[in-house]
Amino acid sequence: MKILVIGGGMGGTILANNVARTLKDDLKSGKVQLTMLSASDKHMYQPGLLYVAVGKMTPDEMYKDQASLLEPSIQFHVDPVETFMLDDNQVKTKSGKVHSYDILVIATGSRMFPDSIPGLKENAEFFYTEETAVKLFHRVREFQGGKIVIAMGVPHKCPMAPLEITFMLDDFFRDRGIRDKVQIHYTYPIGRVHTLENVAKWAQPEMDKRGITYETLFNLKSVDGEKRVLHSEEGVDISYDMLISIPSHKGMEVIETNKLGQNGWIPTDRYNLNMEGRSNVFILGDTTNIPISKAGSTAHFEAETVGANIVAMVKFGAPVRKYDGKVFCFIQTGSESATYAMFNYIKPPDPKAPTRAIHWFKLAYNKLYWISARGLL
Amino acid sequence: MAEKKLVDARGSFCPGPLMELIAAIKMVEIGDELEVLSTDKGSAAEIPQWLKKVGHEHLGSHEEAGVWHVNVKRTK
Ligand SMILES: Cc1cc2nc3c(=O)[nH]c(=O)nc-3n(C[C@H](O)[C@H](O)[C@H](O)COP(=O)(O)OP(=O)(O)OC[C@H]3O[C@@H](n4cnc5c(N)ncnc54)[C@H](O)[C@@H]3O)c2cc1C
Repeated sequence: MKILVIGGGMGGTILANNVARTLKDDLKSGKVQLTMLSASDKHMYQPGLLYVAVGKMTPDEMYKDQASLLEPSIQFHVDPVETFMLDDNQVKTKSGKVHSYDILVIATGSRMFPDSIPGLKENAEFFYTEETAVKLFHRVREFQGGKIVIAMGVPHKCPMAPLEITFMLDDFFRDRGIRDKVQIHYTYPIGRVHTLENVAKWAQPEMDKRGITYETLFNLKSVDGEKRVLHSEEGVDISYDMLISIPSHKGMEVIETNKLGQNGWIPTDRYNLNMEGRSNVFILGDTTNIPISKAGSTAHFEAETVGANIVAMVKFGAPVRKYDGKVFCFIQTGSESATYAMFNYIKPPDPKAPTRAIHWFKLAYNKLYWISARGLL
Repeated sequence: MAEKKLVDARGSFCPGPLMELIAAIKMVEIGDELEVLSTDKGSAAEIPQWLKKVGHEHLGSHEEAGVWHVNVKRTK
């Protein structure tokens, strides 16, 4: 039995480690082979990008060698997939190698796509890649005052990131002693400052308290870099001195070019997590088209379900578990306090009062992430 | 006109049905219709407000067994 995992990020890594540990004996005897193909020999802790953007983490601190996170029984190759031949149960990689499989898992993640808004790529700062986060750090470090506008596209990964970067910038300019010279103006696509109602309920007064201004129902249409003005779909214009954006996302290009899903989102059964119409192809993490948060915790819980089902398929020929839509998100409510939101397809989130203890746990998670990726948390 | 696009946002608390619609509407052509399914009553009210503000057409909404069906036409 050949199990092939495409993508060595959050979802792929947890899944592969869980399966490798549970099927230890089958892997040892050669009855099962578990292979991972990825695009990089490094694994990035993506939330670290927020900290890099404000100089609280160095870029190298975000990475570990992918091989060091994997159970030794997993055959790991840095050789990205270019062609999916799902009818033949095969994929072809950049090096030209063909891998066949009995069970395929696709967890290739998502990418920001600023090109969809005219003028955005040329005129905005970003922080969703190492290069852009480092550039943003230099920009905010050198910024002497003026109006910073934060604007986002839909969908984007990590629904908490817009609020987090906004509050982190507020802290950053307070620390620099120039907060009174900087206007921070936050925009959001729907009619409140965050899509989760309870999160919006604490975030809006927190913004008022910190002197952060905001405009809701603001969907980016175009950016005029010469005049330094943003135009929205709703007909509102906003001027800026520095524009920071979390642009709308797409799945990876390889998903689009192989016609596995529009905009790179693969049609996925929300409970069984198999690609629609294919019972031996599972989809995890950001690249599904399921209407839930594109977050590491989503990928994590999905990986647990798919991992258990792959083991069951090996052991008794059929999957045993269903994914209930579980998502867990930390919410940083200030520099010393945090809370969390947990929800699934049925149960709405009900964040509790923020505490220092949760804040410390969130900080600890920056390190615990690596244990989580090994599938041990 | 293409077939009506279904935006199945049942059980979506985050990003939520309106955000799902905002993403989906960019993926269809002007003149195409979409039907949003939502299990959240608040979104059923929020979507027509946004449509009005941005200038797309709200073709109507109805509830069936706890699911709101919101019909939308992309007009620009
Ligand atoms: C700034 C920021 C802050 C965030 N904060 C949080 C947070 O606080 N909490 C949270 O839960 N989530 C957070 N996230 C989101 C989280 O990091 C992602 O949702 C998560 O990593 C998705 O996991 P994934 O496995 O789907 O994809 P990824 O982890 O992105 O992994 C994709 C993998 O696929 C590989 N790949 C790509 N193309 C190919 C190919 N052609 N062939 C083979 N392999 C390929 C890549 O090399 C990579 O290893 C944050 C993200 C960002 C950017």
